[in-house]
Amino acid sequence: MKLLYFAWVRERVGRAEETAEAPAGVSTIGELIAWLRSRGPEYEHAFESDAIRAAIDRRHAKPDAKIAGAREIAFFPPMTGG
Amino acid sequence: MAVRVQTELFDAGRETADLGAGHVDAGAVVTFTGLCRPNADSGAPLEALTLECYPEMAKEELSRIEAEARARWPLLDALIVHRHGRIRPGEPIVLVATLSPHRAAAFAAAEFVMDYLKTSAPFWKREETADGGAWVAAKAADDDALERWSRR
Repeated sequence: MKLLYFAWVRERVGRAEETAEAPAGVSTIGELIAWLRSRGPEYEHAFESDAIRAAIDRRHAKPDAKIAGAREIAFFPPMTGG
Repeated sequence: MAVRVQTELFDAGRETADLGAGHVDAGAVVTFTGLCRPNADSGAPLEALTLECYPEMAKEELSRIEAEARARWPLLDALIVHRHGRIRPGEPIVLVATLSPHRAAAFAAAEFVMDYLKTSAPFWKREETADGGAWVAAKAADDDALERWSRR
């Protein structure tokens, strides 16, 4: 699946997008975040805040949302548009 | 109905006239234009805002908000335009226009769209000041504004 990062999540991870396959047992957004945090200090820093929001295939998704079948998962801070 | 995400400036007067054209049954159009303020949240003079966005999701999310507004109020038409990129103080950032036979629906729908958009459309503001750049923090008041539209 494709992972997208925006705003300060993007800055901390150091890239705007990447392709990744989560290991077996990672089935929700919350579990995906926990796995990403284990990938290195930049991810640990990016995901240390529990304010981070996620979207699955361009729809807002809660931490318990299932990621099976997702093509595109995005992570970003709380929104500040308008 | 229309939703646009763009970097270009827009002319709120022209957009509003275009929206109303052809709707002989309209009795009210309400427009809201959000402007870039001259100061950062810290109070320091602002040189510019840079709005980052997730363009594909922004269009879909704004369309979902517009559809929800049309489900709640009898709108003849609606328009949402949201800019991204670098925006200078005084420039418009966002336009919401709602067209209805009567004013109550147009006012309520425009306010609903703005309240929803603030907390759910994927845009992020970064302030540029003489001290450098800083991401704008989300405001609790925006979450509170959304609460009043809760139906359940």
